[in-house]
Amino acid sequence: MSFELETAAYPEKLRRVAIDPVSRVEGHGKVTILLDDDNQVQQVRLHIVEFRGFEKFIQGRPYWEVPVMVQRLCGICPVSHHLAASKAMDMMLGVKQLTPTAEKIRRLMHYGQILQSHALHFFHLSSPDLLFGFGSDVAARNIVGIIAAHPEIAKKGVLLRKFGQEVIRMTAGKRVHGTGSIPGGVNKSLSSEERAALLKDIYQMVTWSRDAVGMIRQLFEQNLAEYNEFGRFRSSGMCLVRADGALDLYHGGLRARDEDGTTLFDHFNYGRYWEVIAEDVKPWSYMKFPFFKSLGPDAGSYRVGPLTRVTHCDSIPTPLAEKERQEFLAFDGGSAAGATLGYHWARMIEMLHAAETIKDLLHDDDIIGDDLMATGQRQERGVGVIEAPRGTLIHHYRVDENDLVIRANLIVSTTHNNQAMNTAVREVAKKYLNGREITEGLLNHIEVAIRAFDPCLSCATHALGQMPLEVAIVGADGTVIDEATRDNRGLTHEIHELRGIT
Amino acid sequence: MNDTFQLDGEDIPFAPGQTIMQAATAHGVYIPHLCWHPDFSAHGSCKLCTVKVNGRFGSSCITQAQPGLEVENRSMELDEKRRTLLQMLFVEGNHFCPSCEKSGNCRLQATAYELNMMSPHFDMFYPNRPVDASHPDVLLDFNRCIMCSLCVAASRDADGKNVFYMGGRGLLGRRVHISSESGHLGDTDFAVTDRAASICPVGVILPKRKGFAVPIGQRKYDLAPISEHVAEDAS
Repeated sequence: MSFELETAAYPEKLRRVAIDPVSRVEGHGKVTILLDDDNQVQQVRLHIVEFRGFEKFIQGRPYWEVPVMVQRLCGICPVSHHLAASKAMDMMLGVKQLTPTAEKIRRLMHYGQILQSHALHFFHLSSPDLLFGFGSDVAARNIVGIIAAHPEIAKKGVLLRKFGQEVIRMTAGKRVHGTGSIPGGVNKSLSSEERAALLKDIYQMVTWSRDAVGMIRQLFEQNLAEYNEFGRFRSSGMCLVRADGALDLYHGGLRARDEDGTTLFDHFNYGRYWEVIAEDVKPWSYMKFPFFKSLGPDAGSYRVGPLTRVTHCDSIPTPLAEKERQEFLAFDGGSAAGATLGYHWARMIEMLHAAETIKDLLHDDDIIGDDLMATGQRQERGVGVIEAPRGTLIHHYRVDENDLVIRANLIVSTTHNNQAMNTAVREVAKKYLNGREITEGLLNHIEVAIRAFDPCLSCATHALGQMPLEVAIVGADGTVIDEATRDNRGLTHEIHELRGIT
Repeated sequence: MNDTFQLDGEDIPFAPGQTIMQAATAHGVYIPHLCWHPDFSAHGSCKLCTVKVNGRFGSSCITQAQPGLEVENRSMELDEKRRTLLQMLFVEGNHFCPSCEKSGNCRLQATAYELNMMSPHFDMFYPNRPVDASHPDVLLDFNRCIMCSLCVAASRDADGKNVFYMGGRGLLGRRVHISSESGHLGDTDFAVTDRAASICPVGVILPKRKGFAVPIGQRKYDLAPISEHVAEDAS
């Protein structure tokens, strides 16, 4: 990935266009674009403007509260945080192997989460762009417009999401922010009635998920050149894989490849993730910029999420999704597998895999078992990694001898994708905005690139205490009087002009 | 037990020496309360059990039942005052129900539901209160304390240990203290089996390493509102 267009040489002379807020994403973000007099793009930045602070305020809390508390980072994928924190606390408790019931209930919860989140993202948030066109009428470019123009597609999207939410409710206790997963296991399994209710609908969900893969494939075929090239860039990638190299969204070892496809590390124990990943800080962003240590902060940026997972795994362990994966990889000589919009295709393959996995789990009697908890030898530290809908999610905690959390580090999917999303929007800005009068439709192209990553902006800004901050005091005539900047180099203060002080 | 008084128009029988709260509870009628517990002496401090006795306000947990009294309990006026008291309790402490293990078993939360408290209304104080994790088996999270002093009474009267006492002055200064030189629970003879370890109506005193073992939706006040649990106080 390149850093072209990250910082303009003379930003004060440029015209500023802001997309604020970025719409149809989870959380609050904005994009700032600086243009010169010829409408040539000179700088593009994606900013996540929320402030969360979870890493700080979880300190001093008892460890058993953590899986329930940290999931409040997000309202769309709380299950991912709930499970990543639970896995970290499993490790802290020395639990090396969950009971079969606990592991399968957690997997069921997680794949329910994948199903509902992918359905939400594709149908509710992104399909308006894909079905109506990136620059189509903004008044209709939303889920209400989809319901009016394509009611069957909208219905499938709504019901797929609803089914996923039901799986979560039955495994976690609530559709959003449940308490099902606890350190060392789960607090409930499924009843026979719950199992029967889900079994009644799961086959329809598998069929509809397969239809969704067909739909994104058709969109690619109809718009081949545009979809292949839209926001395209070369990138390294990272994901979890199972011991045999297959896709596993709940557990596995870390696999990373550079942009040429060369393996950087494989089946790496995520309990030592800091040996291969570090985080860079930039003065203009609340978000950190993770990178592979072996490649350094400039060359080591990478991306995570469905596209990386589907292209990096050796296989998908459910038959329909594996067949779709093979076709995706072979499509147009492999072109879609490297395209930014290929994220959507890969996302739908994963949704199909989630539906198939839920179907298999529902036929497994362990999910109605009653052996829920395991124990082990208490440790001081715990790391939990899971493949959340948007990509690899790392939770890392240290717990003192009194059972209180003394340190927390969360590296969420959107943070892994920070540089990748910035690169994608810069590529789109270069191609679609350069030299043209800016319109809403053109600006939506920037948002389409962001939506491809399915960012979860609210959970991406959780640090506290080292947040880069810029404050400018502007006089009534528009001149900057005073600027204060706090970044990784400390606080700098620049007074441009003294007024009102004699 | 031939004497009666009227509570919201209903005849409530009572025995000599019983308070309005004791008689109502024995008869299965719920009067909202937090600091009263049937096993310990009443002190009328939370004021949530305030009723109108012959037109005058009084704490039902310390007002003797008398023949012929006319007592008003669940009127709109009284429940509104109770709601305000609850709102003040919520803003004085740090009550974050979503991540509290006591949620669903908490009298403060259940009473707020019973009285239709929809928001804290007042500005939050966000007091800086300590968490005491020094004991091997019990966690104290004073963020949730409502100063009911039931732990003081239970430790003193049931356990004979005097582990807790009320101390300090002022709205934010007065709080529960620990009777040890260090001020830490771990330096006392407190045990998880003590009566005081299970008396807390909110989530201050909790056994360690047990969190969310009972799913949301299956907890005490998830299954029935607090007004339907009167029999437990009567037994």
